[in-house]
Amino acid sequence: MAVDPRLVRAAEPRVARFGATERHLHTVHAAAFAVLLATGFVLYLPFMAQIVSDRPLMKAIHLAAAVGWLTALALVVVLGDRPALRRTRREIERFDDDDLLFLRRRRAPSGRFNGGQKAHAIVQAGLSLLFVVSGTLLWLGERDTALRLPGTIALHDAATALLAVLVAGHIWTAFSQPQSLEGIWRGTVPARYAAEQHEKWRPAAAGGRRRARPEAARIALGLLVAAAGIFAALALVLDVAG
Amino acid sequence: MDDDVPQGSPVVGRRAFLGFAGLGLSSLAWGGAAMDVLAQTTRLVPESLRSALPFGKGWRIYAVNPPHPRFDPSTWRLRIEGLVERPQTLTYAQLRALPRAQQISDFVCVTGWSVDDVGWAGVRFDDLLAAARPLPSATALKFVSAEQPYEDSLTLEQLREPDAMLAYVMDGRPLERKHGAPARVVMPQMYGYKGVKWVQRIVVTDGVADGYWQRRGYDRDAWIGGSNGR
Repeated sequence: MAVDPRLVRAAEPRVARFGATERHLHTVHAAAFAVLLATGFVLYLPFMAQIVSDRPLMKAIHLAAAVGWLTALALVVVLGDRPALRRTRREIERFDDDDLLFLRRRRAPSGRFNGGQKAHAIVQAGLSLLFVVSGTLLWLGERDTALRLPGTIALHDAATALLAVLVAGHIWTAFSQPQSLEGIWRGTVPARYAAEQHEKWRPAAAGGRRRARPEAARIALGLLVAAAGIFAALALVLDVAG
Repeated sequence: MDDDVPQGSPVVGRRAFLGFAGLGLSSLAWGGAAMDVLAQTTRLVPESLRSALPFGKGWRIYAVNPPHPRFDPSTWRLRIEGLVERPQTLTYAQLRALPRAQQISDFVCVTGWSVDDVGWAGVRFDDLLAAARPLPSATALKFVSAEQPYEDSLTLEQLREPDAMLAYVMDGRPLERKHGAPARVVMPQMYGYKGVKWVQRIVVTDGVADGYWQRRGYDRDAWIGGSNGR
């Protein structure tokens, strides 16, 4: 008698791949990216600009989403597991010989992140910084022409083009390996997948310790950050609309 | 997970991040020149190929107070007033009966996009003003849009550039609503924000007043390549 493959999968041992804070950080980037890219395309691409003619609305959403993105990032840092984020950063910025081999498209054993994933994360972090700087300068340049630097538009455009390519590749690789999707949705992956794809990684078993709730002071700070973000987003929307 | 942090130096990753971010930030200085070079290079690509691309070249419709004003040929009037001997009120038919000029010129927006080879037809400003007879003290025109509160001014000297006109035809068809129907200012040597759309009133003045975008920090004399930080 055949065994239901779902049961086999459910019985497979799983290991913890991404913690809650890491997954929230990813969700924040993904959601902000979707809204910013969609509204950005309407503002930028002529054939879409002629279909959706309500430019001020698109611009207001774009600006509010940018502020919402930064606010949510701040909230993840304030309320989340900061030691875990620090650990993740330390993992990403260290390239060993195997990672460099991996980047040269050779077969090489990987830790929790392979060389390509590390490089992708670093470029994405750099792009985030470039978007914040060039976006802020675009906004300021509309208020004072002295702040209109010759390369602001070029930087925002080029960063968008690079980001679109990177994210397309990111989504493609994620969907071509369903187990990696499980990692970001559920936080865990099958132990076998981890052993095959990330040979040097020594993961903890799934269902490990749960983190305590953040203490009151951090929650208060989080509320303050959220309020500031909402206030800034509203001010921007009213400024564009009025 | 704790013991899984690899040992060794973080120098490669940090250098990669700082190098990438530094390169990006430095482009604030050289990115504009690079874009210009790129734009010149793409001119080598045949126009038929370039226009097949769904993006890059094309109009982006800017408005400050949607929805766009509606144009009704039976009720529309263009008023010419201010420092003139005889204020005028032109119907659409009267405007189109004035001496007609045609040209093909590029349209350049201050935000970085442009449209090459736009075909315009309309009336030169000397012909438009002839019947109103500006007084000797007149030095400028203020164009007031039906889209409030948009307005902008140009000097009479600037408006005597051979390619300046009040256009009512674009690419062979009456001006579309989103492009400023029925009449807009065309000033190809300046950035597009000087080209007031949906013009409904022209005030002849003895000096240039700040227009909509000048009050928001943009230059009054918006010569392409010679203003707004370029």
